[in-house]
Amino acid sequence: MDETQAGVLNTIEDLVGSIKHKPGALLPILHSIQDHFGYIPDPAIGVIASHLRCTEADVHGVISFYHYFRSQKPGRYVIEVCRAEACQAQGGREFEQYVRDKLNIGFDQTTPSQDISLKAVYCLGNCATGPSIRVGDDIKGRMNPAKFDRLVDELTTFKLELK
Amino acid sequence: MTLRVYVPYETTALSLGAEQVATLIRREAERRGVDIEIIRNGSRGLFWLEPLVEVETDEGRYGFGPVELDDVASLFDAGFERGAVEHPLALGLTEQIPYLKNQQRVTFARIGITDPVSLDDYRSLDGFKGLDKAVSLSAQALVDCVKESGLRGRGGAAFPTGIKWQTVLDAQAPQKYIVCNADEGDSGTFADRMVMESDPYMLIEGMIISGLAVGATQGYIYLREEYPLAHELLNKAIERAYAAGYLGDNIAGSGRRFELEVRLGAGAYICGEETSLLESLEGKRGMVRAKPPLPAINGLFGQPTVVNNVLTFAAIPSILGEGAEFYANYGYERSKGTLPFQLAGNLKQGGLVELAFGQRLRDLIYEFGGGTRSGRPVRAVQVGGPLGAYLSPEQFDVLLDYESFSKIGAVLGHGGVVVFDETVNMAEQARFSMEFCVEESCGKCTPCRIGSVRGVEVIDKIIAGDNRAANIALLEDLCDTMIQGSLCAMGGMTPFPVKSALQYFPEDFNS
Repeated sequence: MDETQAGVLNTIEDLVGSIKHKPGALLPILHSIQDHFGYIPDPAIGVIASHLRCTEADVHGVISFYHYFRSQKPGRYVIEVCRAEACQAQGGREFEQYVRDKLNIGFDQTTPSQDISLKAVYCLGNCATGPSIRVGDDIKGRMNPAKFDRLVDELTTFKLELK
Repeated sequence: MTLRVYVPYETTALSLGAEQVATLIRREAERRGVDIEIIRNGSRGLFWLEPLVEVETDEGRYGFGPVELDDVASLFDAGFERGAVEHPLALGLTEQIPYLKNQQRVTFARIGITDPVSLDDYRSLDGFKGLDKAVSLSAQALVDCVKESGLRGRGGAAFPTGIKWQTVLDAQAPQKYIVCNADEGDSGTFADRMVMESDPYMLIEGMIISGLAVGATQGYIYLREEYPLAHELLNKAIERAYAAGYLGDNIAGSGRRFELEVRLGAGAYICGEETSLLESLEGKRGMVRAKPPLPAINGLFGQPTVVNNVLTFAAIPSILGEGAEFYANYGYERSKGTLPFQLAGNLKQGGLVELAFGQRLRDLIYEFGGGTRSGRPVRAVQVGGPLGAYLSPEQFDVLLDYESFSKIGAVLGHGGVVVFDETVNMAEQARFSMEFCVEESCGKCTPCRIGSVRGVEVIDKIIAGDNRAANIALLEDLCDTMIQGSLCAMGGMTPFPVKSALQYFPEDFNS
């Protein structure tokens, strides 16, 4: 990835340009930018505003409204922990506390090593087999401290895959 | 002979290791020189048995589950390809498992049987039968059929679908829209996700029929971002439906047009509220709109719009295919048809249970759910998502239909049932309801925006024993203000779980 400022701006221009003609294009644009960079870099706001002919405040307002969009670069992995009722009923509150203690961070924070960011999520639709978490696009059910320890080991050392 | 093995490709199954199980089965077969075909089907919704592996035999499909990696070799050792074998995980014929056999699956009849994105599989099990019929009918005849079925919106509000469609059909406009509310944010619900992951063509078919019925040519599925697998499978299914001529400018050879696109939400619970959803689709903050005007008159981009839940659209193909009467014959009084209940939380046998309306909540919890997974007594059940009331065991004989629930101040909503055992602290649950509203309120109206913040504070004071009686009275008053004064169900229903916790579990509010 070209990470110079000009490179970032070019990429954003391309992404916005390819989607802006859709009706109600702002959310699809923000998704494509976050998919690409892992977050919405500040310079994106001006580019989007000029393409969509709205104010930067409008764009910022939308970014800040939705929990999913973030303006800061996250850690290498984002772990989302479900806080909702069905997971609570299966020990979710205790599990959430374990996760915070283990990583020694709170929600919307990143470990000092920049490995893991923690995020709260309200339901992953895996409600019969909680507590549930999500890592990238993988949802993991029936979580417990031992499974979480193994997961963190895998994420912070090397990716272990059974192929 | 090739051994045909089914391993689900569905969120819950995958969350419990189905991918690794499938890989290991393939490897083990190769190692043993067994000719094998692994089909990635959807889930049957018997989640406590996932990963549920099935083998095809002459007598039918035999199930084994829950299969862990360590079990794979022993399945081969036991000769699981024969189906009826001795093995600790052997479940017999899948369709004879009482949990499945005792359901009345109409909408979910196909779920988990086939490869969800195979058009051939879909057609072989009555897929597009409803659409084939729909293309030969007039718009008014289609709307009439839905009216006669008695179908009510399955998202939670239970508004008669046919009447909504009639309003959109009667509206004159250059462009009309069909919008599917797939922002299934209620904790304890996963029926929409199952449809989208395990039978996506059913939803697509229902939306096409809706388009034909009201004269809309553009559809959007507003899908929550938290469902990555549903996103992947829906997009795949839509692509194939276009290629096969079910979407586009000549639907099923009828010369009529319908376009369909998936749009992703971004983690805002409020966007499950239909007007907020429309704002979000338009690229704005998901702020609730005042009603009227109804979306059916003034919806997406100001045009007449059908907004229905996934399950509502999913019920349409069988209503058209089998006839309105077939559907209306299920159910109880004014609650016609079936509702896919979702058993979640602390249950031995969580999963999807589709039943006609009118059965008892108790049976759902104990007969199907098998009681708690922890083995402790059930203390409270929340039905209908985070805005639904908590019920106590003495209320479990309530019938599962919209009116019976409404009579006891509860809601059936989207059919989610979350079970808690005796370790639950109901004051904490009440506090969480308010906290959730703080987190998710769109901020447009004061009772919801400020009321929820004050609600958390007051509950904290009650829990701390600070002027209890006065603060409980204050909380009751605050709840009434939120119920009466909020624009939408977020603020208007957050008090339901709070008030019910206070009413039925007052002992938990003593410090």
